[in-house]
Amino acid sequence: MLIKKGAEASLYLETWQNRQVIVKQRHPKRYRIPELDLMIRSQRTLHEPNIIHKAKEAGVPTPTIFRVDVAEAKILMEFVEGKQVKEVLDTVSSEERLRLSVLMGRMIGRLHKHGIIHGDLTTSNMILTPYGKIVFIDFGLSERSVELEPKGVDLHLMKRALQSTHYKHAKECFKAVMKGYAESVGDEEAKKVAAKIREIEKRGRYVADRE
Amino acid sequence: MPTQNSARSYCLGIESTADDFGVAVVSFDGKVLSNANDAYTPKEGGIHPREAARHHAEVAEKVLSEAFETAAVKPQEISLVAFAQGPGLGPCLRTGATAARALASYLDVPLVGVNHCVGHIEIGKLATGATDPVTLYVSGGNTIVSAFEAGRYRIFGETLDIAMGNCLDVFARAVGIQQRKGAPFGAIVEQLARKGEKFVSLPYTVKGMDLSFSGLLTAAVSAFQSKKGSLDDVCFSLQEVAFSMLTEVTERALAHTEKPEVLLTGGVAANKKLQSMLEVIAEEHDARFCVVPLRLAADNGAMIAWAGILAYKSGISTPLEKSYVDVKWRLEDVYAPWVEG
Repeated sequence: MLIKKGAEASLYLETWQNRQVIVKQRHPKRYRIPELDLMIRSQRTLHEPNIIHKAKEAGVPTPTIFRVDVAEAKILMEFVEGKQVKEVLDTVSSEERLRLSVLMGRMIGRLHKHGIIHGDLTTSNMILTPYGKIVFIDFGLSERSVELEPKGVDLHLMKRALQSTHYKHAKECFKAVMKGYAESVGDEEAKKVAAKIREIEKRGRYVADRE
Repeated sequence: MPTQNSARSYCLGIESTADDFGVAVVSFDGKVLSNANDAYTPKEGGIHPREAARHHAEVAEKVLSEAFETAAVKPQEISLVAFAQGPGLGPCLRTGATAARALASYLDVPLVGVNHCVGHIEIGKLATGATDPVTLYVSGGNTIVSAFEAGRYRIFGETLDIAMGNCLDVFARAVGIQQRKGAPFGAIVEQLARKGEKFVSLPYTVKGMDLSFSGLLTAAVSAFQSKKGSLDDVCFSLQEVAFSMLTEVTERALAHTEKPEVLLTGGVAANKKLQSMLEVIAEEHDARFCVVPLRLAADNGAMIAWAGILAYKSGISTPLEKSYVDVKWRLEDVYAPWVEG
């Protein structure tokens, strides 16, 4: 069953070995020549599970990868039970909202500390499990880097996602995210990243956010 | 005072951001009456800003006269002067700005500083009838995917290093292709690419929504030098990789914004291969594919005049004391009230 059709890949909910799984498939693009198309799809199909695994090593919950089919550009992974943080963040109590925000920040901090840039940090790419954990999904745009700039951009995207989807609580939530972030990376690094975020905001590029 | 939408109110547009010095007369109802141009061709290598500016100053009088003559409009009939205020090469921009200031003062008409990127988008819309497109603007100096959102042309993706056209130019020079008047490097690479048969693997770099061409350029040059393929093959592979990158990012912007049109504009828009790739994604997303006509694809005065008219009609003009050029003027820093008006 198709559950999401993106510009690059489609997500299917399927049954495999008596369990529900997500199949992420990168479809061929007609505009690319077959050699290039295959190369891009296989590279990404290999890259994503790899970085998901690195995230686990960093202590960040991510879906279990069951199978990778490079030729078909398919990744078969665990279907994570729970709700998107996007759906719950505005409805929970303010204490729970702060707890979730700190937790998101702590996890992002762990990723960055291990040189993982998620690339698409939004509350729809985080699943709150019934046990209160947050599982990070969709590493399709992720990259490896230890530099300040991509870390700043990553968190800046998170801030923008909060502002656009959870505008009522965006300010307190992002503050809590940064608190959790500092717990993982240390105060000094968190300060540097925060300064980077401010610098990014001041660039014309994100001018809408200044208004 | 010019009347709105009048066919008898004229704007003089001056473009001088890089190697082209262009002057056009455009009527307020959007007819391009003349579009004169003289391009600086370097003896060797790329554009030397100071040499290009010297060229512009030398040809200014000739190009201006030609624009007036072709349009059959007298200088006294001009009611607005528009000029490219940025982004671009400082010395070149200043030459055009100086001419524009002098003309506006002499004719005693308002002056409007136009953002060069806005010019490319607006002339594409005018020529194709597009109203609200995702625009891929690709030229020698810029590579931007944008769409209009809340008062401005927002940038969804752009190059992190060199522009698409610049990548093609530098590649062509590095492999020894000779530039001919009237045949830009991009056009020659396109011709050679058609004869290419073997795909040579080259780095494909899309980072989120942004693009990088510098590694691709280096790899393409070295693929040719180390004889991994014939020149035709490398041209073919370079185009396939670079244009696939552009198309991927444009498709993402299209999927995200759900705009009804895809507009291809800028000098590289003349490339048929790129056109055909974008056409595919437009079709898949039920969007209309629009491409700027060849005569308005490269830098030209008409796009500056037209963008100037649009801005002026929505109450924007540039006082002399604020008409200094801005070499790094970003597209999304431009408030564009005329778009939703």
